[in-house]
Amino acid sequence: MTLAADTFSYVADLVRQRSAIQLAPGKEYLVESRLLPIARQAGAGSVDEYVRELRRLPRPAEHERVVEALTTNETSWFRDVAPFTSLTGHIVPELLGNRPTSTLRVWSAACSTGQEPYSILMAVLESNPALQVQITATDLSEEVLSRARAGRYSQLEINRGLPASHLVRHFTRVGTEWEVSQRLRSMVTFSKHNLLNAPPLGGPFDVVFLRNVLIYFDLATKREVLRRARAVIRPGGYLLLGGAETTLGIDDTWERVAVGRSSVYRRTERRAA
Amino acid sequence: MRALVIDDSRVMRRIIAGTLRTIGYSTSEAGDGREALDLLEAGETYDLACIDWNMPVMDGLEFVTAVRENREWRGLTLMMVTTESEHGQIVRALAAGAHEYLIKPFTPDAIRDKLDLLGLLPIEESV
Repeated sequence: MTLAADTFSYVADLVRQRSAIQLAPGKEYLVESRLLPIARQAGAGSVDEYVRELRRLPRPAEHERVVEALTTNETSWFRDVAPFTSLTGHIVPELLGNRPTSTLRVWSAACSTGQEPYSILMAVLESNPALQVQITATDLSEEVLSRARAGRYSQLEINRGLPASHLVRHFTRVGTEWEVSQRLRSMVTFSKHNLLNAPPLGGPFDVVFLRNVLIYFDLATKREVLRRARAVIRPGGYLLLGGAETTLGIDDTWERVAVGRSSVYRRTERRAA
Repeated sequence: MRALVIDDSRVMRRIIAGTLRTIGYSTSEAGDGREALDLLEAGETYDLACIDWNMPVMDGLEFVTAVRENREWRGLTLMMVTTESEHGQIVRALAAGAHEYLIKPFTPDAIRDKLDLLGLLPIEESV
């Protein structure tokens, strides 16, 4: 089945306006596969038919569902491992050494179902049990945020990269699922946020996790997202990006710091050119 | 990198070993803890053992305990791969000396994630 060109451009425009994510031509399969369940649920025979009806009679709730379906991603605990070892082995000791602080403030942007903010907490508390940590975790999708707040995960989700030692320390079994401890949940504030809007509450931040997000954006949007991240990070604070992402060639106000086999980005005093 | 897959189910051994080979491991198999110990005692060396819990002759927990009692086998990383999913069972296995714990059923990605945690991904697989 092929998607009509005007269906694709309508959906791509909608997603870009609401999330700043670019669906490049060639992503028709993604639109088709992610929207088909929604189309079926709405009683439409195809994605084209569903979108045609949506264009004729726009409904905000349906627009929201379309954007959510196309911007949600699978996520695992301690994704790629290296960012978390950089955080506990390098960043936190440096920040605590420079500034007598009792509270570490972290923003986990595009946090999906919560594995990233909870992983950050587990990692930091393991090496600094007495440290106060406040995490602001945001995502575009209200649906994933409500799952993140509940902190309940299936066995298959738990198997994805969560160390067994953390599982037994921070989770309890509830039926067939596992629930994150109340203590960890109380340290995270989840809220809905678009990276191109005003920054979320909870800043300024010592560390911002903005991982596997920039890859979806065009150059101008990447630059804008980085500029906004810079504005909410304390001088000397750190930005952590996905393995395939960098600030190099986009925004030179960040200092790339090699830690082990990965890189983190330190906010410098340099002004954007 | 070498892995020993210990499970009384031939199908399960094939699934786990197949996934490990995709990642870049060479694999051996044993049908219970005793068979696995025989291989170690014969001088075979491995980087990783994936260990089922419930097996005839010698179960996974007994195997883990036996491995941890022998200093020569300190370099062997032990990962339980089992349907046992109670909180208390996981604690028991970790207390006996297992390094990691994967609950069946799992996806191939889950094995890869665990090896990444353990620092046991072959270099070309590492990010």
